[in-house]
Amino acid sequence: MAENILHEVTQADYKYGFTTDIETDIIPIGLNEDVVRLISAKKKEPEWMLEYRLKAFRHWLTMKMPEWAHLKIPEINYQSISYYAAPRTNGPKSLDEVDPELLKTFNKLGIPLEEQMALSGIAVDAVMDSVSVKTTFKETLAEKGIIFCSFSEAVEHHPDLIQKYMASVVPITDNFFAALNSAVFSDGSFVYIPKGVRCPMELSTYFRINAINTGQFERTLIVADEDSYVSYLEGCTAPTRDENQLHAAIVEIIVMKNAEVKYSTVQNWYPGDKEGKGGVYNFVTKRGICKGENSKLSWTQVETGSAITWKYPSCILQGDNSSAEFYSVAVTNHHQQADTGTKMIHLGKNTRSHILSKGISAGVSNNSYRGLVRVGVNAENARNYSQCDSLLLGDKCGAHTFPYMEVNNETAIVEHEATTSKISEDQIFYCNQRGISTEDAVGLIVNGYAKEVLNKLPMEFAVEAQKLLQITLEGSVG
Amino acid sequence: MLQIKNLHANINGKEILKGLTLTVKPGEIHAIMGPNGAGKSTLASVLTGNPAFEVTHGSVSFHGKDLLELAPEQRANEGIFLSFQYPVEIPGVSMVNFMRTAINEQRKYRNQDPISATDFLRLMREKKELVEMDNKLTSRSVNEGFSGGEKKRNEIFQMAMLNPSLSILDETDSGLDIDALRIVANGVNKLKNADNATIVITHYQRLLDYIVPDFVHVLYDGRIVKTGDKNLALELEDKGYDWIKQEVEA
Ligand SMILES: Nc1ncnc2c1ncn2[C@@H]1O[C@H](COP(=O)(O)OP(=O)(O)OP(=O)(O)O)[C@@H](O)[C@H]1O
Ligand SMILES: [Mg+2]
Repeated sequence: MAENILHEVTQADYKYGFTTDIETDIIPIGLNEDVVRLISAKKKEPEWMLEYRLKAFRHWLTMKMPEWAHLKIPEINYQSISYYAAPRTNGPKSLDEVDPELLKTFNKLGIPLEEQMALSGIAVDAVMDSVSVKTTFKETLAEKGIIFCSFSEAVEHHPDLIQKYMASVVPITDNFFAALNSAVFSDGSFVYIPKGVRCPMELSTYFRINAINTGQFERTLIVADEDSYVSYLEGCTAPTRDENQLHAAIVEIIVMKNAEVKYSTVQNWYPGDKEGKGGVYNFVTKRGICKGENSKLSWTQVETGSAITWKYPSCILQGDNSSAEFYSVAVTNHHQQADTGTKMIHLGKNTRSHILSKGISAGVSNNSYRGLVRVGVNAENARNYSQCDSLLLGDKCGAHTFPYMEVNNETAIVEHEATTSKISEDQIFYCNQRGISTEDAVGLIVNGYAKEVLNKLPMEFAVEAQKLLQITLEGSVG
Repeated sequence: MLQIKNLHANINGKEILKGLTLTVKPGEIHAIMGPNGAGKSTLASVLTGNPAFEVTHGSVSFHGKDLLELAPEQRANEGIFLSFQYPVEIPGVSMVNFMRTAINEQRKYRNQDPISATDFLRLMREKKELVEMDNKLTSRSVNEGFSGGEKKRNEIFQMAMLNPSLSILDETDSGLDIDALRIVANGVNKLKNADNATIVITHYQRLLDYIVPDFVHVLYDGRIVKTGDKNLALELEDKGYDWIKQEVEA
């Protein structure tokens, strides 16, 4: 009977599964040097950018898919994917020039691009398939010297900054997917916060895959100069499709002295259907560096989507007294698989990191936390505290924890705690007896469990994320 | 308001209730006593729709509705409340959030708008006073780390919040200290009126000094085998259950 209730609560449908009927410029499937050149040409890129792509591509050819994750990844045929798709009305422009279909799409996703209707205090870069469609509040931000634009625009208008910082945290040789992304990446966002500036609004990028059989490879680069602050949010959805879609992104963050960056993600790519058909394969390399003294980086992620998630937002704590946080809620249901966690690399003195991971598994899904805490020889008094909790809904799902620690300085203190719990039938019945339906009870319990992480999200998104958790688990518990 | 006729129920294929019949009218207080394992908590579970139990025979009507047709949360929203013998802990879910959700579910069921924040807080304060519940408890997660007695008091607090028409108190007295017993019993009495009814499951006459029953039933081996007034409880306290068993088996 537990199974029945479990069943009921996890059967909700993915509500972002619609497709947009829009004319798309899509290149033929396949991947070789000519394709890399074609992408670069389509984006009218300078020579140095093309060289960078080609170097990455050549390196990628020598690499193999990583196999260490606790994931069953069906073979991916990299020649059967198209590496570039753009809505015909190309390039970011003023609002009246943006195709109404696109505006409608983003409206439907709850991301209005008209500034007067926009969520108050949030600037958005909207990316559909391979290109940025529109960035809001660009002018308002420019007054403070803040650069917030699509990656392509940054390559064109701020080549110095791009050349200085791109690949400085995630080199092209870093891993298989990072190399692939570096070769074929399409678009994404670029943020630069100048010295001493506190960004007055939340910045956010919304990624949407629309075209069929295309991969999405976006790049985000955030540079927070000395004494600056920015809070950044990333959201993503994709239509319901029977085929799997590949998504391999790179996010790089550079935090200078006394600066602070908060990066939040609500990842809701299409997870596949209840039988495990379709869904996005999400292979993401996210890494930041706390470069200067007293710098601070926090990653907050709510992972509810994707058929497969492979993702470890990490931080290199280079500056003395710098600190990093990783707060994560990862939910898997049905046949979803997630292998996610973080790496905290302590190099500077008195560096601190805090890891809080909350896994929730339902259905026949598999949910793994994988985390590395490394303390370098010079990291005097480094301090890490990790807590990894798993919540199981039902008894056919799996939760796994893989903590790795490498401590090379004896003044460091590294602590790890892990718990596993289950939603019991008695808890559900107790709620039922107070008039609360099983679905709402699961929502209540799961949100309670994930509260500490959800509280880290910007207000507007915390509420969305709460609903999302409940929807993801609809039909799952008893 | 409640009519139970010839009720049979199983758990894991084992028959626990074996033809139980009981009628409760508005305004009445019924005490149910009986030896351990007789099926008292089972009766409470079956009435509230705990899916672990299977009803194999008999009928239950509540305010004219077929109770057995309703889901547990519908029964709750129809006005049945159970003070659990063993209240569970729900980590991470605050009492405030839990109570507001419960109240709003009940209001939705009755086609009412959600309760306003101020009304809710006022209600919380009023009912906390009724059972003299510590503020600290309501700011914590549901029953998490509560002592045995605190959990029981919290059950009666929730009962006060939800204002049910039929309350079933399953050994609410066990675990309460002498003062708490009086406070909780007084709370129950204050909530009592001519339209609601209470079923009190207990092992001890002491509680019945405070909550004075109109009827005392003895539940033995899945059936109600004897019914009397409050004096029956005194007699049981004095003589135990052996004489009842002998009567039944004779
Ligand atoms: N999950 C279960 N599986 C098997 N038997 C059960 C289960 N739950 C209850 N029972 C049995 O059902 C019978 C009745 O239990 P119940 O809890 O209703 O008794 P009770 O009258 O409330 O006793 P007490 O006075 O000890 O609270 C007992 O014999 C008990 O062991
Ligand atoms: Mg009992």
